[in-house]
Amino acid sequence: MITETVASAPLDSRSRRLRELVIDALEGGKRGHVGSTLSLIEILRVLYDDILKVRPSEPRWPDRDRLILSKGHGCLALYAILAEHGFFPHVELAKQCTPNAMLGGHPERQHIPGIEASTGSLGHGLSIGIGLALAARMQARPSRVFVVMGDGELDEGSVWEAALCAAKHRLGHLTAIVDYNKLQSYGPISEVLNLEPLADKWRSFGFAVSEVDGHDVSALRRVFLGLDYSHPQPKIVICHTVKGRGFDFAEHQAKWHHKAKVESADVALMRAALERW
Amino acid sequence: MRQRAIAKILDLAVLDERVVFIGSDLGPGVLDGMKKRFPDRFFMEGVSEANIIGMAAGMAMDGYIPYINTIATFLTRRCLDQIVVDLCLENLPVRLIASGGGLVYAPLGPTHIAFDDIGLLRTIPNMTVAAPCDAPEMERLMDCTLDWPGPLYIRVAKGGDPVISDPAVPFALGRAITMREGGPVLIVATGVMTARALAAAERLAARQIECAVLHMHTIKPLDEAAILRHLSAAGLVVTIEEHSAIGGLGSAVADLLVTRVDRPRYLRLALEDRFPTGYGSQDHLLTLAGLDIDSIVRRIAEAAP
Repeated sequence: MITETVASAPLDSRSRRLRELVIDALEGGKRGHVGSTLSLIEILRVLYDDILKVRPSEPRWPDRDRLILSKGHGCLALYAILAEHGFFPHVELAKQCTPNAMLGGHPERQHIPGIEASTGSLGHGLSIGIGLALAARMQARPSRVFVVMGDGELDEGSVWEAALCAAKHRLGHLTAIVDYNKLQSYGPISEVLNLEPLADKWRSFGFAVSEVDGHDVSALRRVFLGLDYSHPQPKIVICHTVKGRGFDFAEHQAKWHHKAKVESADVALMRAALERW
Repeated sequence: MRQRAIAKILDLAVLDERVVFIGSDLGPGVLDGMKKRFPDRFFMEGVSEANIIGMAAGMAMDGYIPYINTIATFLTRRCLDQIVVDLCLENLPVRLIASGGGLVYAPLGPTHIAFDDIGLLRTIPNMTVAAPCDAPEMERLMDCTLDWPGPLYIRVAKGGDPVISDPAVPFALGRAITMREGGPVLIVATGVMTARALAAAERLAARQIECAVLHMHTIKPLDEAAILRHLSAAGLVVTIEEHSAIGGLGSAVADLLVTRVDRPRYLRLALEDRFPTGYGSQDHLLTLAGLDIDSIVRRIAEAAP
């Protein structure tokens, strides 16, 4: 079991490419959640590249798997991978947050192909995921449901209401994922509102718990491919990650959680960080 | 009224396989018939309103029409963020059946008294807010719920309320019902206060003060056209509601009147902006608020042109 932040896996060209797309979005929109996006990238990459059954040309295909980014503020990572898969053109990325853009500072289901729930207010996604999982069961569809939450998000009581509910309904096709980067907006999780022992908490709520280095693409793939979605126990994958991963100056830095003003100097700094790989 | 609303959910579930029921922690035996007949579409999820709203949203995204029932204060205040984001932003067809609207739970104190539910929900885009006047009207309203496109809040009264609605008058959400044609006074009322409005109008007529009574069972969308139709004859508009003076029916009607060049005088009969105190019964608190029939008659007579 992984109990410490590992997250030391090297990043490959696809991970770098996704970060370049995030920089394009930050440069165009001149704002965005930086650190909380970068910790997510490998998690979403593996899910969309290797795990989820979705059809970009038919985003509402009924039998698709559903992914909800419950930590909606990490949306730049989701936008980047959705663009890579062709849900919408890459050109939308650089328009994020500008007037009449398709992509906003938090994802909205009504406007963006591939977005399954409008999030941004924390603690909503797991409950919506339960509803989607129950609907799939009632309609005898093969759809699986994945809900990605932040660690700070777990402060919300509604997450734990949902945890009780998921176990009660034996939603084995529901997988919760925690982007455990150990930093929330104000500072370290351990100081603001400690979550440990996190795996034990979820286990006691009835979840099958896995832990993984959230930047190790092979390990993530192994974990998600290895889950038995037909077993009735709901799953949680605790991904140990690094906030700001890939921009050395932003790693483990709470001040890079969100940038309301991204200057051209910041963009140069980010591009230079990728050059150093 | 609540029993009829709840029983109606089973009727709708028989008609339409999209119907699911979600309760929080209701009394034993609630909707047992549905639990037996459609166990897959019956959910009792415990005291977890925020989770229930999100769960209903997820089901509605994939084609279901969830009917949720619990106490009005918990179904509004406790999970308002989920109602705004999960239901209203997505414009999903979820039905919130709110037991104990208004002062019904007077003996249980302010935690259970829903003096603010209409105001809280009326400000949210896409939300429809309704308060039927009696049990038969509740049934007619429930019949409209399968095809209503977005989220819908239904305020449920105490039960055993006087029956004043007419089955011969067609019911449609968003269409006010003229219960009494009148003269220089137009009374607009909602929920069980419409019965009091009618009783007051009867007594006022004996004093040569003729009042029209418009039953606004749907507070949002407000049937502005119905109000405007009566306006030319009215020198005084009165609103009566079992709700705070802030944000409810009175606010909605006042918002309309204030835009009119020919606006009449306006009298708002509602609860004062303070927490109800004193326990007792719904009737007791309504009397303290000046919403008993005697007080309504007196207050309208004083204001009448």
